[in-house]
Amino acid sequence: MKPYLRDKIPEIPDAPSYEAGYLVTENAGWRSEKPVVCPEKCTGCLQCYLYCPDGVISKDKENNKVKVDYDFCKGCGICRRVCPFGAIEMEAE
Amino acid sequence: MAKKFLSGNEAFAEGIRLAKPLVISAYPITPQTTVVERLSEMVADGSLKSEFIHVESEHSALSCAIGASAVGARTFTATSSQGLLYMAECLTYAAGGRFPIVMMNANRSTALPWNIYGDQRDSISQLDSGWIQAYAENAQESLDLALMSYYIAENIKVSTPFMTNLDGFVLTHTYEVVDVPDEEQADAFLPPFKTDNKIDFDNPKNMAFSAGPEQNTVFKYNEHMGIMNAKDVIKEAEKKFADIFGREYTGLIETYNTEDADYIIITLGSVAGLVKEAADRLREDGVKAGVIRIRYLRPFPNEETAEAVKNAKGVAVLEKDISFGNEGTVYTNVNSALRKNNVNIPTSNYIGGLGGKNISCREIENIYRNLENNIYGIHFLGIGEQ
Repeated sequence: MKPYLRDKIPEIPDAPSYEAGYLVTENAGWRSEKPVVCPEKCTGCLQCYLYCPDGVISKDKENNKVKVDYDFCKGCGICRRVCPFGAIEMEAE
Repeated sequence: MAKKFLSGNEAFAEGIRLAKPLVISAYPITPQTTVVERLSEMVADGSLKSEFIHVESEHSALSCAIGASAVGARTFTATSSQGLLYMAECLTYAAGGRFPIVMMNANRSTALPWNIYGDQRDSISQLDSGWIQAYAENAQESLDLALMSYYIAENIKVSTPFMTNLDGFVLTHTYEVVDVPDEEQADAFLPPFKTDNKIDFDNPKNMAFSAGPEQNTVFKYNEHMGIMNAKDVIKEAEKKFADIFGREYTGLIETYNTEDADYIIITLGSVAGLVKEAADRLREDGVKAGVIRIRYLRPFPNEETAEAVKNAKGVAVLEKDISFGNEGTVYTNVNSALRKNNVNIPTSNYIGGLGGKNISCREIENIYRNLENNIYGIHFLGIGEQ
């Protein structure tokens, strides 16, 4: 598997298909608050990962805590509500 | 080359056999027509080496064809009437995904009242879905379009799905003598399908992705230009076709005695044969009558139509379609073509043949007489006085 580059596609192709690994678009424009993870409180239990309706939470291999993909997070706040350790706060954009 | 006695459906099936699609997906029950029945027989007897997939609906038939095309397979499907409407959601997926699927549509009426006979309201209602739309006049042209459709659709500059329309019953179920080309000739005409727009383990792609407001218009522009590019590729295909098979076609429109014509009927599909007959009769009476048969509704022959009618005194559009609350859609398109090209002559619209209603030669002669007598407007044929 090639790494997921997360670069925007450099040019618009004719068909909606492009070499794998590029990011076509971001989809987070209507977020008014963003979830911020407090690394001290996060245990990496992945409860938020299970509940996130957009699949934007993953585990950071560096520190074993969760991180949020802000290119796609809609700011619904479910992760904050379900976190058993109060490790997620919502911050105004 | 062999001469065979074939219906429009069978002629189209022969053309598809020669084009050798790897996958055929179709719903086999009403409103399907015999084109896929013949193809399934060819697959069963081994004369066509293709994967024939019976699906549970027309929506699935085209979805399946999109999947097959997305792995780079030449693909065919066919439908008619309500079946085409049931496919409607997938039509834009195929076009937007730039998958050059070929479909035969038997032009048949749409409900209600329920009716299985011919008119063009099914395909014309889908003009904006992004497909190339061709209309055949006879069984020979049906076979020839089956072969040419892949050549045009699969051209890299076009990459657009292709719908060939045959008038229900009048063309799909009537028999004519048809020249069926040899396999070697067909192979010389039609190269194998090659595309980069496919799922490929060696060259992984992100397929059929979404595009937000920022990029969406560019994709739609590209899609539009794909169909516009078909204009040149249709010419190229017809030239190569004539070189190999000796039969010539005339691009987006066919003109019949229009050079010196005062009055011209513009029509499409199999009724064009009768309109030519009526025009001949009027010529005998000294009326300079001409005919334009639109062969492609998309890309639309804007300049070609305007050029062919610019010296006429009056034009009537005869079509088996009504856009309720307005007029026939072909008429709308023709008027736009004339206006854009500064051709200012009076035009009339005749809506006929709905639900299989016969259009008589006398009715067509009357259309010419009305043009001659300066009677213009939007008229329905076959319902008496309006």
